[in-house]
Amino acid sequence: MALRDIKARIDATKKTMQITKAMEMVSAAALNRAEQNAKRFVPYMDKIQEVVSSIASGSKSARHPMLLSRPVKKTGYFVITADRGLAGAYNSNVLRHVFRTIKERHQSPDEYAIIVVGKVGLNFFKSRNMPVLDSITGLADQPSFADIKAIASKAVNLYANETFDELYMYYNHFVSAIQSELTEKKVLPLADFDGASTSTASYEYEPSEEEILEVLLPQYAESLIYGALLDAKAAEHASRMTAMRNATDNANELIGQFTLTYNRERQAAITQEITEIVGGVAALE
Amino acid sequence: MKTLEVSVVTPDGPVFEGTANMVSAKAKSGELGVMPGHIPLVAPLTISAVRVHQDGRTQYVAVSGGFIEVRPEKVTVLAQSAELASEIEMERAQAAKERAERRLAATSQNDIDHQRAELALRRAVNRIDVASRR
Repeated sequence: MALRDIKARIDATKKTMQITKAMEMVSAAALNRAEQNAKRFVPYMDKIQEVVSSIASGSKSARHPMLLSRPVKKTGYFVITADRGLAGAYNSNVLRHVFRTIKERHQSPDEYAIIVVGKVGLNFFKSRNMPVLDSITGLADQPSFADIKAIASKAVNLYANETFDELYMYYNHFVSAIQSELTEKKVLPLADFDGASTSTASYEYEPSEEEILEVLLPQYAESLIYGALLDAKAAEHASRMTAMRNATDNANELIGQFTLTYNRERQAAITQEITEIVGGVAALE
Repeated sequence: MKTLEVSVVTPDGPVFEGTANMVSAKAKSGELGVMPGHIPLVAPLTISAVRVHQDGRTQYVAVSGGFIEVRPEKVTVLAQSAELASEIEMERAQAAKERAERRLAATSQNDIDHQRAELALRRAVNRIDVASRR
């Protein structure tokens, strides 16, 4: 390779590294904020869970369609992906799993419907001609509840009007900055209230349990979805950060190799020149 | 005088934390006044203002529905969105009101968008109402 070409490769790689490094830092900042968002959401979730479980477990008379399993004719899948790639295996992990699950469980596209968050997921399902009921793309890096209220309540409504009879949610759960875990969660019907039934308060209900459940359960289901979304966003930023850090490291290594080759070539050229001069002088003598 | 702990929480974080002598709110079944020592109670709220009375002063918090959970020493309001009177942006609320009115006019009575616009209008009016009382 000519010296000039190597030099060009080094410069190009350096520029790429600058970009990946910047993206890594942006994601690190976003991850920080996403973790804070998730933390701020905790008190709300805890409280609503406490109230729901004390009503749902406290009284056998309270019956609401969202608490009851019914024969499943159609299954809903709520899939959370990112809008962009460059996040390692973040999207493909979720999509591959959902795709395989659907193929295993269902024979025909009439048996399921998909609601998807993120452009990557939307394109994936569309290109495979799978039934996408609703989608949301271009979600902010730090989504507020108002941003996803529409799609969350639509998902809940679709269950309520029996478009589908159960709803599963798939997303990457944020474990740590370098690890995320694919999670499958059954949202509807609301079945188990894990461990939260320890609450001792027995409430008066004004006007009645049924009417409270009417308000409470959709709100609860929507917040489950919002919680998953915050979690997934944190995982997205984390895996993008890790992917970009790897890219930066690789670029660094490449630059090292190229620099070595460059120096070697340069030295070889100089040595050759000297040999030629010495040879020329020797010929004159 | 005995006081109550009050917190208003939304999915985007707590909006109000403090103490009060009395909390009043508008539940679906009617006005509700809570003083310290109230029996445990859960009630759904309408789109309205929650009023926190403390030492002769009153704080207004606009809530978009949700519900109130009462315990003898603590009141928690769980709403999908809530704003303190002092934090409401009047222009935004006005804009939201006009938007909702336009949409109401453009849709027919039984349309789901019509109902949605109606709710949006009520939220906007509520926020304007609360903001003007700060």
